[in-house]
This record gives sequence, C-alpha cells and structure tokens, in this order.
Amino acid sequence: MSASHVSGLVRGLCAQGVVRSSSGSSLLLVLALMLAACGGGPPGSSDSTPTVRVGSKKFTESVILGDMVTQLARSTGARAVHRRELGGTTVLWEALRRGELDVYPEYTGTLRQELLSGRKLPDDAALREALAEEGLRLSAPLGFNNTYALGMKESEAERLGIRRISDLLAHPELRFGFSNEFMDRADGWPALRERYRLPQRDVRGLDHDLAYRGLESGAIQLTDLYSTDAEIAAYGLRVLEDDLHHFPEYDAVLLYRADLEPRAPDALAALLRLEGRLSEAEMVKLNARARLERVPEARVAADFLASALGVTAEVRGESLSARVWRRTREHLFLVAVSLLSAMALAVPLGMLAARRPRLGQGVLGLAGIIQTVPSLALLVVMIPLLGIGSRPAIAALFLYSLLPIVRNTAAGLAGIPLEVRESAEALGLPSRARLWRIELPMAAPSILAGIQTAAVINVGTATLGALVGAGGYGQPILTGIRLDDVGLILEGAVPAAALALLASGLFEAVERAVVPKGLRLRAESESR
Amino acid sequence: MYELQGVSKRFGSTQALHPLTLRLPTGRTTVLLGPSGCGKSTLLRLLNGLLSPDTGRVLFDGQPLPRDTEALLPVRHRVGYALQGGGLFPHLTGEENVTLMARHLRWPAARTRERLGALVELTRFPVEALGRYPAQLSGGQRQRVALMRALMLDPAVLLLDEPLGALDPLVRHELQGDLRAIFARLRKTVVLVTHDLAEAGFLGDDIVLMRDGRVVQQGGLSELEAQPADPFVTRFIQAQRPMPGGGAAA
Repeated sequence: MSASHVSGLVRGLCAQGVVRSSSGSSLLLVLALMLAACGGGPPGSSDSTPTVRVGSKKFTESVILGDMVTQLARSTGARAVHRRELGGTTVLWEALRRGELDVYPEYTGTLRQELLSGRKLPDDAALREALAEEGLRLSAPLGFNNTYALGMKESEAERLGIRRISDLLAHPELRFGFSNEFMDRADGWPALRERYRLPQRDVRGLDHDLAYRGLESGAIQLTDLYSTDAEIAAYGLRVLEDDLHHFPEYDAVLLYRADLEPRAPDALAALLRLEGRLSEAEMVKLNARARLERVPEARVAADFLASALGVTAEVRGESLSARVWRRTREHLFLVAVSLLSAMALAVPLGMLAARRPRLGQGVLGLAGIIQTVPSLALLVVMIPLLGIGSRPAIAALFLYSLLPIVRNTAAGLAGIPLEVRESAEALGLPSRARLWRIELPMAAPSILAGIQTAAVINVGTATLGALVGAGGYGQPILTGIRLDDVGLILEGAVPAAALALLASGLFEAVERAVVPKGLRLRAESESR
Repeated sequence: MYELQGVSKRFGSTQALHPLTLRLPTGRTTVLLGPSGCGKSTLLRLLNGLLSPDTGRVLFDGQPLPRDTEALLPVRHRVGYALQGGGLFPHLTGEENVTLMARHLRWPAARTRERLGALVELTRFPVEALGRYPAQLSGGQRQRVALMRALMLDPAVLLLDEPLGALDPLVRHELQGDLRAIFARLRKTVVLVTHDLAEAGFLGDDIVLMRDGRVVQQGGLSELEAQPADPFVTRFIQAQRPMPGGGAAA
C-alpha cells in the first residue's frame, strides 16, 4: 500500500517535471534525489522474509514495549524495524492506518477517548469492532493499566492535607502544570475540571518530561502523571485518589494491522505472547530501569523477555561515532533534499516577483504565511499526505526554505540600479541574456545570502524531523529530553550547531567563488 | 536619420513631452539642451525605444520604430547609448563591458580584438586598465569605457545622455576635447543631451533648446544668440554665460 503511495507521488512529480522541463537540470536533480529518498522505503513483498514495522510513542514505556515487540518479531526470523519516539498519538495512528507501521503499543483509553472519541464506544468489544472496520486489530491487555493520575510532592500534599482530587477544591491558588497532550485531549484537563468543578486558574501546558523538574523547583505544584511512571517514587510524589472515578481505564494493548496475520503469522504469534505478562509493578520497575538507571530500552526489553518469556534477543550497541555518523547522514539528507528543491522553486519565484511586483507581493505574502505556521503543526499536517519518515520532514523544510530565498532573490534583482538595467536594455540584449549575463550575477550575493539563511534555519528545524520518524540529530535530543539526559541532548545539539556553522561557512566559500570579483570590490569601496 | 512626428509622452500627471515634430539630420551632432526636467532625456529615450511615445511616431531611417521588444533589438544594435556615470556593469571588467555584445553575438575573437584595439585608440583609453572593474576606474575612464561599449558594434547613431555630467571640471574639459575629435572622425549621427550651453556650443552642429516639454528653438549657437525665438532663449544663454565686467545684452 505504501509502495503504491510512493510511486504515485513520484509519478506526480515526474509529470510536473515534464511539464516544466524548461526550468531544466536543477529540477531533474531534485527529482532524482526525491526518487532516491522514496526508494529507501519498505522492501518489496517478493522477499520471503516478512517485515514487521513497529512504532512507539515518545515516552519511555512505549519505547520499551516497542523494543520488546521488535525483539520478539526478530526472534522468529522476521525482519523488524522500530520507528522509535514518534511525536504524538495521531502520528502513529495515521501511520498505522496508512500501512507504514504494522504494530504499536497503545492504550484502550486513548483509543476510546481520543482517537475514536466521536464514536462513543461503550466497551472494549465495541472498540474491537470499530477497529476491525479500519482493518486494525487489538491484542488482549498486556496486563497493566497506565491511566492518568494527578500528583503532588508528598510533603506539600501533606502540609495542605490533600489526598483526593476533591480536596483540590479547597485550594484554588495551586499552580497546575499539565502535559500539552493532557491539556488538549477530550478526556484530559477540560473534562477533569468539569467533573470535579476545579477552581484553579493558574494552569499551564508543558512537556511531560519537564513537569517533574517544575515540581522540584516549585514552579508548579501539581501535574498529570501516568500510573506507571518511574518518577513517582523517585521524586517522592503523592498520587491523588480519583475519588469520582473520572479517568477511564488505560489498559496497555498492542494495536496492529489485520494484514499482519496472513503476512507474518509467526511474528504475530510471538509478539502476542506479551498478553497478560506485564503487571503494573513490573512496568514501573522497567520504566525505572530505563529512566532512572539510564539502561538502554533495548537492554531493558531484552532482559525482561529473557526472564519472563525465555526469549533471548541480541541487543546491538552502536558506538558513539557510528551513531553520530548515521544521524549526520540522515540530517544531511533532510537538509540537502529540501534545500535543493526549495532553491529550484524559490529562485524562479523570486525572479517572477521582481518582474511583476504585484504578483510578487502575493508570492511573498504566501511564503510569509507558511513561515508563521509552527513547525510541529506543519509536520503533523504533512503526515496524512506523506506518511511518516523523511518525506513529511523534507516537505516541511522545503516550505520553510522558500521565504528567505524568494525574498532575497526578488530584493537582489530589484536592487539593480536603473542605469545599469537601462544600459543592458539599450545595448540590445534580449531579456533572457540580460537575466543571465547581468541581472542574476549582480543579484548573486543577495540570492546566496538568502540560501545561506535558509540552510542555517533548515539545519536547526530539521531536528524536529525526529518527531515524525525522520531521524537525524533530533533523535538524541528527543531521547535526551525524555530521559533528562544532558549528555544525550548534547549528542544531538552539538553536531547540529556544528553543522549549522559548517553550512554557513560553506556558503561563504561558495559566495567567494561565485560572486563576481567586481561586485566584491564595490562592496569594499562602499564599506570604506 | 530620425524624424519625430507629433510625438508626445506623459508620466502620470506630468506631460513630459508635448506633441512635437523634429528632424535629426544624418551625420551631424545634435545637442538637446535645456534645464533639468525639460524633457530632453525623455526625448532621447524615445529614440532607442527605451520609452515609446503616447502619440505620434518616431521614424528611424524612414521606418517607424517597432514597439515590440524583440523587433527593437536589431535597431538597438545600430544605436549606441551611453548615459551619465556610464551605467557600467559592475561585475564585468572594462574590457568585458565593452565586448559584451560582441560575445553575445558570437563574433570571432580576432574581430572582437581588432575592434577593441581600434576603440582603445579612438577613446585614448589606457590599455592596461582594460582588465579593471568599474569600481577600480576613475570617473573619466568609466565614461570612456561607456563610450567604447556604445561604439562596439559600430552603430550608425550614438545617443549620449549627459555623458560628462558627473565629472570634475578638468577631466570634463579633457573629455570634451576628445569627444569632439571622435565625433569629427566618425562622422556618425550623434544626439547628445546636456544642460551646459558651452558644451552644447562646443560639441554640437545643431542645438535643440527645450523647455517644459516643448522645443523652444532649433539652430546653431550663433543663431540662438543672434535671433532668439523667445525671451527664454536669451535668459538661458545669459544665465550660463556671465559676461566679464557684468555687461548684459540689452
């Protein structure tokens, strides 16, 4: 299914490429790169070894479960790919429905309350039915219920005498900090406030992983937790009793595509062995090992499989240099493809904008609007169109790169003095020759500066690509934030900064090579 | 060479040129003279199609100037143009500026070299400065490069818009002498725009004095002095030629 999507995309691009053949070799280059990008998709079905594509959300428990599923599938001889730490439930849900993932760990509450909230499903049986209509299946519960809960520092809760959520009614001045997802979802804060009639006004959204630090520093006094969070014990938190039974059951399950059964029956049977094997206490222990003892999730998963199911899995460690090199390649790929395609479109657009100022206003306005869309939102909007992986990331980066290049191209061309423009025209040079011989060389410094700006922004923004499974330097940053591991954050942030500097330096070198000497002389004499 | 029939031009609410009829004879130097804003530069730009007239038509060699930009190209190859400050391409050396059109038209290298040699000699341009960029040339040298560029294709007509406007007096004086010698040697049809009466008298065979978009008088300098068509002519001449001892024409 995904293969047909990919080829459809490529065919669409090819058709456009043929129509616009006049814009020449740069477009062809971009097309070739796109093809290469798309070629790196899932292997064809002609292979006899089945492939299982596993996804996980960007929190530790999900990553551990994803690793368990991956290792179990591998133990049957199947090929298994784990797309770790994808940014948000909808990303995984869409990817699963589009057939870019085969299985990922999910919670019944999330399915009922969030993904299928419009259907008002009364119980798990109704849920199974609704999922079957989408071509999806649900495993039996894995054994633990990871529901939402509210937590405060034990000492503070004791001081204020708060044990149950209802006790919060007496303390309207409390500062709440909730994970962004909890703030927004239907069964999260809005419903909770309604149910308990909570009076608190100082409520802010923040990253779940930052909330614990907020509690520690006193910036917030109460946050949402998951009942299997490793930090509950580590930070000395009191979990408030849900006395009105507001929060639904969040039983952990595996959500998988129905076509996995005929395609990889052995692998499916193996990973369904997890059903009923994970108690809440067990999960808290596993989470604590990964989050607090910093044991890699794959190791935690492997140790559990060995002791509980007797399955031995090989955990391959990657050296630091190999990791950085792999992410550098992923990152460079995102930046290069998006930047090259943006150049191929934005430079002609800038030329058009300079020639027809009114049209140019429109083009610049549109590019400006794109620039104001938050990158995370743009990435998520891309997913239904382009799936997960490098394609949505490249598309978003491409869009972000347009504005600086269009604007600088238009400004560079518009800044050519009238007498020079008039001289070229009076010489009897046709407009095409004027463009190539006079206008573009004179606008070159400005155009290059625009591309340089786009490249630097691009290198930084590409770190968000990790949220949609595009890899790159964003991956360790994401993991580092999740695990509160500064070392890991630096493992992504330092190379990203270095790459941005390198890109900037590279363009300065290109400028020295490309910008005509006469223009640099002029710049020098003007600056004197 | 040129004949303008009822030509007028308006920019927004300003009537830059009122309908005028004018003949510019072949092989002679005509100076368009007048204060700034009188429409002389507008008139010049109508001659090579940088502007097109609102009314009337411009005949070049008996043929109306085409309005289509493609069709204008061959005309422009026969009409050299240089303006104040030179309008040189800053990213090209002096030599590249001069030979740009020859390269575009794919002249053989030998022909280009030969023509360049002749022009360097004609304009007394220092050969060693050919490889310099406009930013490295003096004002006078830039003007000579602009002149060489305008003459490269050996055009029938040379249009010059205040070619000496931005130069200091000494360089200006020297170039005036050189220009006169060049005009005399080439015997081309030259149309030169200036606001300087002395320059007009020194370089022009014929003067077209303009004011507020109209031609006030056409003729030689002595004719303008002896038989002014309008009090403005006398005023313009007096303003630019302060008599020693304060003597004034009665």
